[in-house]
Amino acid sequence: MTAAPGAPAAEHEHGHPGAPVLSLRGARLGFGGRTLWDDLSLDVCRGEFLAVLGPNGSGKSSLLRTILGQQELTAGEINFGGEPVRRGDRRIGYIPQQKMIPAGTPMRARDLVALGVNGHRFGLPLPRRGERERVDELLESVGATHFANAPVGTLSGGEQQRLRVGQALAGDPDLLLCDEPLLSLDLNHQREVSELIDRRRRSHGTPVVFVTHDVNPVLGMVDRILYLAGGRFREGTPDEVLRSDVLSDLYQTPVEVFRSHGRIVVMGLPDTHDHHPHNETPEAS
Amino acid sequence: MTTALAPLILTAAAGGGDDLWSRMFSFANYGELLQLVQNSVIAGAVLGIVGGLIGVFVMQRDMAFAVHGISELSFAGAAAALLLGVNVVAGSLVGSLIAAVIIGVLGSKARDRNSIIGVLMPFGLGLGILFLALYQGRTANKFGLLTGQIVSVDDPQLIWLIVISIVVLLGLGIMWRPLSFDSLDADVASARGVPTRAVSLTFMLLLGLMVAVSVQIIGALLVLALLVTPAAAAMRVSASPILVPILSMLFGFVSAVGGILLALGGSLPISPYITTISFAIYLVCRLIEARRTKTRSFRPSGETVAVAA
Ligand SMILES: Nc1ncnc2c1ncn2[C@@H]1O[C@H](COP(=O)(O)OP(=O)(O)OP(=O)(O)O)[C@@H](O)[C@H]1O
Ligand SMILES: [Mg+2]
Repeated sequence: MTAAPGAPAAEHEHGHPGAPVLSLRGARLGFGGRTLWDDLSLDVCRGEFLAVLGPNGSGKSSLLRTILGQQELTAGEINFGGEPVRRGDRRIGYIPQQKMIPAGTPMRARDLVALGVNGHRFGLPLPRRGERERVDELLESVGATHFANAPVGTLSGGEQQRLRVGQALAGDPDLLLCDEPLLSLDLNHQREVSELIDRRRRSHGTPVVFVTHDVNPVLGMVDRILYLAGGRFREGTPDEVLRSDVLSDLYQTPVEVFRSHGRIVVMGLPDTHDHHPHNETPEAS
Repeated sequence: MTTALAPLILTAAAGGGDDLWSRMFSFANYGELLQLVQNSVIAGAVLGIVGGLIGVFVMQRDMAFAVHGISELSFAGAAAALLLGVNVVAGSLVGSLIAAVIIGVLGSKARDRNSIIGVLMPFGLGLGILFLALYQGRTANKFGLLTGQIVSVDDPQLIWLIVISIVVLLGLGIMWRPLSFDSLDADVASARGVPTRAVSLTFMLLLGLMVAVSVQIIGALLVLALLVTPAAAAMRVSASPILVPILSMLFGFVSAVGGILLALGGSLPISPYITTISFAIYLVCRLIEARRTKTRSFRPSGETVAVAA
């Protein structure tokens, strides 16, 4: 459990003073014989927006699960607010991958947000003073007031995702973890949802770790990028990481990065399936 | 009580003639009968209400199939108890709880769960049939476990049922919010500090308890009519987290008590009455829903215009 030597993460200045909210030291995660990432050292400070990129199976969601204390590191350490992470820490807000809530779910938009306020509480579900106001406030802050009483199952993907942002903000988090929150949203909704998250960061200084496979919707917000691929990673500003030579080296195959009209397009990515053989199925490699 | 009532029903049926109608509905000596089945009516009322409540979570957690699986093992347990001459409710509880724990521990993912249930269910049913085949006692007892019985609720059994139902009611009340959270999105609930594994396992145990008592009244094959149909119906007409449980309990109550009261006069088992009433309620709820979706909107009417513009 010792930190990997020679891996000081916060070498460069990000213009965000203060102790890091989240810090990883020499972190490794592997399953069976396979290593997802190794020797990962990283600091996330107040107000920072870190985008986590990488192909399917590169360990992006697993990284979030380790931060949530739901997955043990194989080696190294990970601290939140100066202490080792623990499971169910309510100072961390979590917005999961967009998945549709089935129609018929007996819950209205406001009830989904209310779960963020009191969903962890045991005891008879009697209303408490101030909770309703808090939920109204949260609905307002994610622009969901006008569909507050609609059954969640009838809402569009983007509307549901706005509610999840509201739910995650209910605990007044010190860190926001987002796992592909824009998946299967159209461009307008992608912008809306990512702006909601960014607004929280700017108003409260809440750092954001944002897993995405398309960096473009959040390119204007990103301070730093962590790019995972093939058991290795690169970390730095978008300009440092999203370059042909850096990604070619990471993927160990020629990759081209183009920029056009403020968008980034990566060409020639290897077929990720070949790069992530499962240990359980040797014939697949 | 069991023995006292059986001949009464038989004579009522015989005296009413052979035509189908009087076998299904006959209200001669109704007051007398009602007194004799008082226990069953109380049991039906309790089951309908608590079953309707737990059904809301069964639906939300997509566990209708699990209910069916648990009830078959509950049946096997009850049949074993019958064969061994021990308390049938206890046997049925043991079977239920074993099934609930297996499904809860091994099947945390929906896909795993369904395959585990698919494997367990025929095994339980087969065991039950074996035990019944070996059993030498009254055939009415045998049949009752599968399709329900009206005349078998004696005082100690009623107390069992009520105590268990209260436990389930309290358990659900205390876990209400974490359980709702876990049903909606287990990952986020866990991130928010809900002990999701403990919550879902406890829920499975409560479900096991509820199934075991339902098997006593409505029979293993038809438990779904009390634990799933009322909630499914309620969810058709409302999305309010308060109204849905209330409606579901009401529907369960009406189905169970109504079914028992109707069945009383005839000579047939009670389950078809219960299942038919709960099915009818479900159909009505669907109709209401269909009519309503044409007209109802949950948003201010201006909004669609604004978006379209
Ligand atoms: N508990 C576990 N046991 C074994 N293997 C696991 C476990 N959790 C994750 N994995 C494996 O680790 C790999 C990374 O999974 P992860 O979900 O982190 O990928 P990801 O980068 O989020 O991919 P995607 O873009 O598809 O969401 C996968 O191949 C997965 O099979
Ligand atoms: Mg993922």
